[in-house]
Order: sequence, then structure tokens, then C-alpha cells
Amino acid sequence: MKQAGLTLAMTGALSSVAFSALAQEEVQKGGTAVIHMISEQRILNPGLRASTGVYNITGKIMEPLIDKSYDGYEPVLATEWSSSDDGLAITVQLREGVNWHDGEPFTCDDVAFSAMELWKELLNYSSALQANLESVDCPSPHTAVFNYSKPMPLELFVAAMPDLGHPVPKHLFEGTDILKNEYNTAPVGTGPFKFVEYQRGQYVLAEKNEDYWREGYPYLDRIVWRFITDKSAAAAALEAGEVHESGFIGVSMADVARFGEDDRFDVGTMGYENNVAHSTVEFNHRNPILADLKVRQAMYHGLDIDYAIQTIMHGFAKPGRGPVPSAGGINYTDDVPTYDYDPELAKQMLDEAGYPVQDDGFRFHLKHRPAPWGEYTQLWAEYYAQAMKEIGIDVEILTNDAPGFLNGVYRDHDFDTANGWHQFRSDPAVSTMVWLRSGQPNGTPWTNQFGWKSEEIDQMIDDAASELDVEKRAAMYHEIQARAMEELPVIFAIEHPFISVTSTKLRNHHNTPRWNSSSWYDLWLEQ
Amino acid sequence: MTLHMPPILTYALRRLVQAIPVVILIMIGTFLLLKLAPGDTVDALVGDMGGADAAFIARLRVEYGLDQPVWVQLWRYMVKLASFDFGWSFVYEQPVATVLMDRLGTTLMLMAASLSIAFCAGIVLGAIAARRAYSATDNLISVLGLVFYATPSFFLSLMLMLVFSVKLGWLPVGGIKTIAAFYTGWDHVWDVVRHLIMPTTALSLIYLAFYLRLMRASVMEVADLDYVRTARAKGAREGRLMIHHIMRNALLPVVTLLGLQFSTVLGGSIVVETIFTLPGLGQLAYQSVVQRDMNTLMGIIFLCALIVVVVNFLTDLLYARLDSRIELA
Repeated sequence: MKQAGLTLAMTGALSSVAFSALAQEEVQKGGTAVIHMISEQRILNPGLRASTGVYNITGKIMEPLIDKSYDGYEPVLATEWSSSDDGLAITVQLREGVNWHDGEPFTCDDVAFSAMELWKELLNYSSALQANLESVDCPSPHTAVFNYSKPMPLELFVAAMPDLGHPVPKHLFEGTDILKNEYNTAPVGTGPFKFVEYQRGQYVLAEKNEDYWREGYPYLDRIVWRFITDKSAAAAALEAGEVHESGFIGVSMADVARFGEDDRFDVGTMGYENNVAHSTVEFNHRNPILADLKVRQAMYHGLDIDYAIQTIMHGFAKPGRGPVPSAGGINYTDDVPTYDYDPELAKQMLDEAGYPVQDDGFRFHLKHRPAPWGEYTQLWAEYYAQAMKEIGIDVEILTNDAPGFLNGVYRDHDFDTANGWHQFRSDPAVSTMVWLRSGQPNGTPWTNQFGWKSEEIDQMIDDAASELDVEKRAAMYHEIQARAMEELPVIFAIEHPFISVTSTKLRNHHNTPRWNSSSWYDLWLEQ
Repeated sequence: MTLHMPPILTYALRRLVQAIPVVILIMIGTFLLLKLAPGDTVDALVGDMGGADAAFIARLRVEYGLDQPVWVQLWRYMVKLASFDFGWSFVYEQPVATVLMDRLGTTLMLMAASLSIAFCAGIVLGAIAARRAYSATDNLISVLGLVFYATPSFFLSLMLMLVFSVKLGWLPVGGIKTIAAFYTGWDHVWDVVRHLIMPTTALSLIYLAFYLRLMRASVMEVADLDYVRTARAKGAREGRLMIHHIMRNALLPVVTLLGLQFSTVLGGSIVVETIFTLPGLGQLAYQSVVQRDMNTLMGIIFLCALIVVVVNFLTDLLYARLDSRIELA
């Protein structure tokens, strides 16, 4: 199994080399790329829904102000950005000569409207990010000034924009019930592809935007996103050549391994650096046993992370080092306390904590809820239960569907431990800090609903979110990371990107760190 | 003045009046059962989005009326339903009636094709097996029937897909049409037929086994009855005997099963439609459960209850036609 994992990891690496080599080929224009989606998207408006599923489709139709490339942040609808010294105003220069797909010009009015009416009010994640946004001024049609009541670090603003900075056309949304606006499912954007139709339960179709602002692009004539919920059926569609790409681990891990050995496909983790997630073990600190730090540390020592990475993730992962993943750039550090796999030490620590093995053969019993997000989380839960049994802890797995899981863990707190994964979105302030920050109302998913509270860390999180000095800010996140690894409110056990299976007929694929969410203006298909 | 209606109309009216409380009870029971399941539309929506803040979640719950007590939600729903207003689908952002009508055609097409094939092939094969009872032909037919009956539909679907799409490349993997091919006229019809071949086969093979087994037993039983023996003694030819005397009577229990099975085929279509990505009611039902799309799910159940009531009514009519001893009154 270890060998298979290594082989696959190498395949991924080789594929990335192949990707760049292929970039030298002569581009063929035209054709229809067919992309697999595991689930249907209810809304096709990235200004209203921050979700990789939404970006996977709409990223080609609606563009953000700023996107991310392997060389850093790249201008899209914004051309330049700067901040005032006090961090209370961020000025963004907008691209001129860009039109919406209906022919209307893109201007600052669209950005101001989107920021105040959607990003601040209605967009998940963004409403917290933009909580201090007071107004957006338009001193010229292509200059937008974001005014904040508290300092907004430019670094944070920019890092958030690829996901949380998609303007919508004001002229189609103003004066309407935004949540029910018809363009939420028939998007009008500025991107390289124009929305054509959304056949519910079947597909979304987009066609080439002949008036795209990047001259000579896009290469493809059309993109089709096909909704195939059954992973085996999706694998069959890939094999039959009916689908060219399946991202976000859209096929089973067994099929991922199989495709990895098939020359017709590129299999790898390239293009997901911005979508790294953690497989976790979450504790309910209301349980007095789990409130004991020594118990949590012992449980961490009972987990063979490397074994789990090889067997469950087929080598496509690395050990977690706290709430900031290695893709977190300057805000990441690996200088944190770690917990080697040592079951004997784990048993000793549990004995010392006052939990010896009882007559029934166990030290104590736990009720565990795994998140139903695909194969990883279920298998990780099973491994976790087995590993805990080795050190004398009985773990009963309670399986739910998504709403049941969210209720059980985040609203009713009816669990002892849980596992899920949480995506990192460029900056800790708009993603992983919610795992640690206390005070989120009961029932808010993917937040600290674990009954764990540290006023000191709360303060550090708040300070880091408004710290303007990049170095100082990074140091604050390093400190938070170290403290989280020491106190273990949550075990950030494994850091893993997603995996894609892509037909080798597609070229220029997975060439940005958030490729599935990007615009694909340069994607082409071998005819 | 006394209003004289033909017996069939009186019968239809009576069945309709009887059906109303049944459908109401089904709807109330389903609504309450769904409310017992943990989580609601907003939970599913937020799960889908990958998270949201508390204020956003609270706003959605008010927007969708989920902040009200269950009985208020039920009352509001039933009042709307009385005027055939199925409400709004918060998942599809469309009126539920539109969502249902979009999907109904595919499911009816799939069900009609599957049931017709299963019914016709089942009675023919069942009759052949019965007439050659305990022969090699009977054994072959019976074993095949049992194999189809015992094979889960998802497995059968995937095997068909593997052979005919992946290996042979004859048929499309899924969907109802070739996307972006823009076929029209007969090309479009042929394209849809090609997409329906595998799902129809997967669904019909399972139900074929039911009809086959029942028809075989029924034919064997009827063939032994006195009137058949008498007809044969009077010199009736075997072909005529089979069609006019045996089949007609042997079909009665099979027709009853046809009516009863309509609802189970609807259930079976959930798996087949999901695997083959057919945009029908089955796939919609699955998605609606997962996403706690209450209004859509209730709409599907209402429609299914209605279809089952209508089909059972039609079955009764057919039954009366086949068996002259039965009177509609």
C-alpha cells in the first residue's frame, strides 16, 4: 500500500512536469471540455455563495477582482491595489474596457454595490471579513475606495479577493430581492465564457465569450459541467471519454489509484494548493475526560498519522501542524509541538491522567460523529476508532448525513469526538481561525462549538486580523499555531489537498493554485 | 330529479372521494416524519456552502419560514397545497411545480418503458416456462429470472455501463441527451432512446422476474382447472386454449401486481436515475432528502401518491375488463 501511495505521489509530480512540457505545444482552438461535478449547485453566483463547487462553474463566467497564480496574486478585474497608512482605506484600480456579457460596461458602481449589498451582507465568510466595511466610494468610474472603521490589512484583503471578491452587475441586481434574483442561477459576468443554460439534475453549459477582454482567449468553444453523483458512474464516464476532468476527489480513492496507472489520465494534487483542508479530530470539551489536556495529548500519540496518510489518502497528504497549513505562506510555521506515534506513551499518559483500563477492557467510551464529506472522512473515522481501541478507548461511530452531522455536532453538541475537514482559504483570518475563536452562536457550523475557550487566543486572533505589519501578523499566527498544537482544542491531524483525474487531452490544466476555481481562459483541448 | 351517472363515473367519483383523506394523511405523516429527521434545509445549504456565519444562517431560516413551530409550518403547507400550490424550492430556487414538471416526463418515460418491457416479457416468458414446466427451457427461464431478481439494481446498472459504455462504447454512460450536440427531430428522439436503453434495461430486468414467477405459477394453476380440461376435451386447439382460456384468467393476479408495483418501480427509479444521471423524479427525490428540500420532497410524494391512486384505479378498470365477474359500482 505504501508503494502504491508513493507511485501515485510520483505520478502526481510527473504529471505536473508533463503539464509544463505540454504548455510548449501548439494550441488547438475549439472543442467542448466536459467537467464532472459530484453535486449540483443550487446557486451560480460567487458573490452570494463562497463555495468551491460554485467557483468550479462560475469562475469561468464571473471573475474576481484578484486571482492567485503560482507567482502570487494576479490582477483580473482589478489592476492595482494599495492601502492608506492607517489601514482604513483600500484603493483598487479597476480594469477599463471590460464589459458584462450583456454588453453593459463594468465600473466601480458594480464593485461598490456588490461589496455593500452582497459581500458584506449576504456572502458566507465574507460578512465576517467585511464587517467593518463602512462604504465604497467611486472617485472615478474605475477607482474603488473601500472605507473601513477598523484597520484592514491589505494582505488579508488581497488574499480574500480570489474567493470573496466577485462583483455582480449592479444593473441586474439593484432594486431586486437579491436572494431570489434570476441571475443567481443564470450568471452574467465578465469572464471568458458566457452562461448558456442550466438543466437541473443534468448539466450547466457555457460558451466562448467572443468579446473577452484578454485578446485571443479563450481557446475552448464550450464548457459543460455534468452532474454525476455516483462516483462509479463518474469513473465510467471518464473511462468512456465522456468527461475530461473530475476534481475535488470526484471518484473513489480506488479509482484514483487505478487512473494513476492509466496513461490516458493525469492524476495529481496540482492546482489545489489554495484549497488545502485538514482532516481533524474535534473534541467536545464539555466532557470532563476530554477537557483534560493530558488525555487529548495521549490520544494524539495514539494516532499513526503516517500510516493513515498512506492507507487512506494513498500518500496524497502530509501531517498537520495546527490551524495554518503549509500552503499558508508566510503565516505558516512548522516550529510547533508535535506528537509522535507512541501507543505505549499514550497508554502511560492515560494511566497517569487517572483513566486506567476498566473491567470491560476499556478506559472510557466515546461517541464519535464523522462528517459525511466523502470517503476520506469516513475512513479516517474508522482508523481513529481502531487506533483508540489500541490504547484502550472505545469509540462508537454514529453515522449521519450532512444535516444530521451538523446538528449533532454544532447545534446539539451531542458528541464526544467528531471528525471532518475544513478548507483553508488563503488567509487564516477568513478560514481556520473560526475553529479556535470562541463566541460564535450555537449552531454555526465549522466554528468552535467544542466548548473550548481561551481568552488569550481569542484576543490574539482578533489582533492578527487587523494587524497591518505583515511580519508581525505572521508572527502572531505562528504563536497561535504553536498554542493550538500545545493545547489541542482540535487535532489538525492531516493536511491534504484535493486530487483530480484529468484526461491528457486537456492542456494547460491545473496551472494555478486554485485551478478549478479559476477562469480557464487558457485551457485547450486536443481535438 | 335523480341524476343518473354511468356506473364507471360513479365508481370513479367514489374512488376519488376515498382517495382525498388518504392523500391528506400521507402528506401530514410525511411532513411530520421529515421534521423528525435531524437538520433542515438551511443545515444542508450551509453544509453545501462549506460554512456560514450565525447571522447569515438565522436570516436564511427566517427567509424559509423555518423559524416557526412545526405545526405552523404544517398548517401553512397544507393550506397552500389545497390550492395545488406546492411552494418554493429553496434548493432549486424555482417553484416546486416547475421543478416537478421538468422531471416528471423522464420518470414517466422510464417507468412506462421499464414496466411495459418487464410486464410483456414477464408474461410471455412465464407462460412459456409454465407450458414447459420442469423442462430445460423452464429451468433456464426460472434461473435467469431469479438471477435478475437477486441482482441489486445499482450493480446491474454499473455492469451494463461497464460493458456497453466503457468496453464496447456503444451507449452513452448517462444523462438523457448528448449535451451541446443540439440534435433536433428524429436525431433527438434517437439520442434520447440511446440514453434510455441501459436504465430501462436495468430497471425492467428486476421487475421482469416478478411477473415471470407469478405468471408461471398462475398459468400452471389455471391450466389445471376444469374448464380448461373441458375446452381441451371439446377439441380446442392449444394456441387458442392458451390465449383465450388460460392467459386471460392467469393474467388477473399479474395485473393486480402491476398496479401494486407502480409505486415500487418509482422507488427503484431512484437508484437507476441516480446512477445514470437521469433528470427524473427518482434522482430528484434522492437529492431532496439529502438536501432536506422539504417542499420538493413533499411535492414528489404528493405526485407519487396521486400516480399510485390513479394507476390503482386504472388497474381496477382493467381487472373488471378481464374478469366479467367483477362489477364496478
